[in-house]
Amino acid sequence: MDARDVTRALGRISHEIVERNHGASDIVLVGVLTRGVHLAQRLASRIKEIEGHEVPVGSIDIGLYRDDIGLREPSPLAPMSVPDIDGKTVVLVDDVLYTGRSTRAALDALIDVGRPRTVQLAVLVDRGHRELPIRADYVGKNVPTARHEEVRVHLGEVDGEDVVTLGEESPKEAVR
Amino acid sequence: MIRHLLSIRDLDPDGIEKILATAASLADVGSRQVKKYPTLRGRTIVNLFYESSTRTRLSFELAAKRLSADVLNFSASGSSVEKGESLKDTAQTIEAMGVDCIVVRHKSSGAPLRLSKWVSANVINAGDGMHEHPTQALLDLYTMRQHFPSFAGLRVAIVGDVRHSRVARSDVLALQMLGAEVTLVGPPTLMPPNASSWGVELTAEIEEVLPKIDVVYVLRIQLERMEAGFLPSLSEYSRLWGLDSRRAALLKDDALIMHPGPMNRGVEVSAEAAELPRSVITDQVANGIATRMALLYLMLGGEHSVEASASA
Repeated sequence: MDARDVTRALGRISHEIVERNHGASDIVLVGVLTRGVHLAQRLASRIKEIEGHEVPVGSIDIGLYRDDIGLREPSPLAPMSVPDIDGKTVVLVDDVLYTGRSTRAALDALIDVGRPRTVQLAVLVDRGHRELPIRADYVGKNVPTARHEEVRVHLGEVDGEDVVTLGEESPKEAVR
Repeated sequence: MIRHLLSIRDLDPDGIEKILATAASLADVGSRQVKKYPTLRGRTIVNLFYESSTRTRLSFELAAKRLSADVLNFSASGSSVEKGESLKDTAQTIEAMGVDCIVVRHKSSGAPLRLSKWVSANVINAGDGMHEHPTQALLDLYTMRQHFPSFAGLRVAIVGDVRHSRVARSDVLALQMLGAEVTLVGPPTLMPPNASSWGVELTAEIEEVLPKIDVVYVLRIQLERMEAGFLPSLSEYSRLWGLDSRRAALLKDDALIMHPGPMNRGVEVSAEAAELPRSVITDQVANGIATRMALLYLMLGGEHSVEASASA
């Protein structure tokens, strides 16, 4: 995916979120750090263009909720900021959906800070190979992958450009 | 991350920065609806305290509980130590119970180091004799970092009984490692005998130092030091080196007042000076929890702790 593909996918997801929830009045977007937060902010600005009002955006760090603590080096943590989610429709936003374990951790993190009415999941890339019963409600692109492959999402805010690549090691081949 | 924290020397500047950054991310847990993280579920931490302590033990206990670890508290009084059990036997008893981390305070310098050789659990020094108190230094750094963006060139005066202070030793090592400039202030009898090799300035003139520094760190004066002849009297100490509001007025506008607690109000610091807006003494206590949570997360959440318990 190149920058225009990413923009188009986020535009479509914004419309789908608004359509499915009959507006955006009770929606809170919560991004999974780091790239999920930038995606959530972009979705919020698109939703504002569509609906004309601001949607709150939060961020969560799943480092303390992972199921592989003790199996790998602890991941660095970033401060979380979650707006009031009690009774709201939370759209969890992440860059890549793979095993589903990060999403499981994100759900636990979310429930520790409030009780949303529903939680939906939006991802830029679904690469398959789920290990838990988790699915995305909104998908930018389904990318069939092998387990040994690596999907890398680069975003302008963090990496200088928007591009999604699939490969084992560099040089990476662009996912089209 | 390191296996044991026995001294600030076990860390390098990157390791310290990692702990401070992690602590900053953990600081808000106390204000959440659910005041804990599931991170260390199923891990057991024992507080092995051979010396009395309130804030350090409570702080470690709360830090461990906020990460969902199970906590055992052991204090020497009322335990098998009174029946003459040695540190080694106590350690092996605790080890046999399958503990993942031992937080130890002991009156003898070096006891945590000895302990770390006998057990496979991670060991954290919570104060050993006149040696070190590394987690106090970490929370002190965290508190300074809340007010000053960089330690490079930061001027810190440590006032009081440096000679007998494990807090001062850890703070000096940590501050120097990060590029701060440290001045030790107090009566010559309470300066460490080898202070010339510490690379710090030494002076007995507190009023000359106060206008030039960013942080004044006041140490607790222990009554028993006076009995041992290091000080003629507490009132004389207070008159010559105590931080009262008149002396605090000599500080720069943005300078901080710190104290590791517990305070002897009216001796090393007056009640008024301890309660000035620039005093961050209660912040230090609050920051101790986040700092210790960060340390436990980084030490116990890593790969090596799994290998260690697998080989045990």
